Amino acid sequence: MSRHEQFGEDLALYAVNALEGEDRGRLEQHLASCAECRLELEQLRGDGALLALSTAGPKPPARARARLLDAIARESTVAAQAKTARESMPASKRTWGWLGWVAAAATVVLAVLLWNENAALKQSLAAMSEQSSQTTRELEDLRKIAAPILSPQAQRITVVSLKTPPQPQGKAFYLRNRNSLLFVASNMPQLPPHKAYELWLVPVQGAPIAAGVFKPDARGSGTIVNPPLPSGVEAKAFAITVEDEAGVPHATTPIIMMGAGE
Amino acid sequence: MSSPERQAISPDLTAVIAVKSGDQSAMAELYDRYSAVVYAVALRVLGDTMAAEDVLQEVFLQLWRNPSAFDATRGSLGAWLAVISRNRAIDALRKRKPETDIEDVVVSVAPDLASEADRSRAAEKVRGLLGAMPQPQRSVLEMAYFQGLSHSEIAIKTGEPLGTIKTRIRAGLITLRKAFQT
Repeated sequence: MSRHEQFGEDLALYAVNALEGEDRGRLEQHLASCAECRLELEQLRGDGALLALSTAGPKPPARARARLLDAIARESTVAAQAKTARESMPASKRTWGWLGWVAAAATVVLAVLLWNENAALKQSLAAMSEQSSQTTRELEDLRKIAAPILSPQAQRITVVSLKTPPQPQGKAFYLRNRNSLLFVASNMPQLPPHKAYELWLVPVQGAPIAAGVFKPDARGSGTIVNPPLPSGVEAKAFAITVEDEAGVPHATTPIIMMGAGE
Repeated sequence: MSSPERQAISPDLTAVIAVKSGDQSAMAELYDRYSAVVYAVALRVLGDTMAAEDVLQEVFLQLWRNPSAFDATRGSLGAWLAVISRNRAIDALRKRKPETDIEDVVVSVAPDLASEADRSRAAEKVRGLLGAMPQPQRSVLEMAYFQGLSHSEIAIKTGEPLGTIKTRIRAGLITLRKAFQT
């Protein structure tokens, strides 16, 4: 139960949507900044859920199942048609796309011609020097992009709806053809000593694969960058468990967070 | 299920992940598992089979459209669906627009409600606890939860002071929680 006893009764009323007026506004304001009371609210809702689960009655009629499955099939069809339409419909866009390819091809041809002409005039050393400069610039650009994610000094701010209390969350960026994985977590609860969060790549087939461990910093943030992974594995989902800080090859505790591809 | 990693992923979570990728058979599986709970709650609130059927349809359609709204880290899908069903049924009863976005409804429950047998045992225990509560407390709890009355409406209906109503609702809910903590 909450240390903020003055909100205890209002929290119970709020959990069953029975709080009104100024009391409701005042409590919502408090909830926005008090994780302890948000947790108590979740538990009070859970208490209400027990009440709801205690109801008994007749089973729904069979037609209700058919009605639901028809509705979701219709929604799926509409969504698929909309997708097909998006991909095939815009003839004008396709024309522009085609023109774009022509322009790109023309640019490439022109570039090749110019390059050949240029190459005849310049030494290969100059070309290599230019290539080197280009690579350096690209590398610098990549470092600039990665710095806010990877630097320990970086400020990490998760922007969420004002109505939603901050929740633990993680984002995995995975390129299976390059064996490259970046995982960024935020709002993670602190762990006991010698424990860490372990990330699991859940493949389309087979057992989850260990994909690195992290301990959240004081602000609850953590990252995993390019852990050792078998090559080319297609991920169905990523999941997190709490394990010993050295990491384990097979999960020994229940999954606490999980997400499929977007 | 012998290996730990297989034990770790519950059938509910597996089905919710499949629903996220548009798997209609996973949705049917969840419906078969939880439609009785969702319908029973809605029927208890509304007392009308057609209206309860509409709530049942709406609750599962919301899960289909927005499966990410269920926070699998905080509790059981059955408990969450029961709360969503109760909230939608109360909205329907009071003829008002939905008061709470389903994404804002996070439910944390102590008992294991993973299997049908677990849920039956928990339901039986709650019915026993309600039966053992003093009648005024049980009555206030049911008015708030199943009739959707505000604390001031309950105070008017019962003639009890507002403070007493608040205390009874909270004490009633916490009685249920404590019974599952021992």
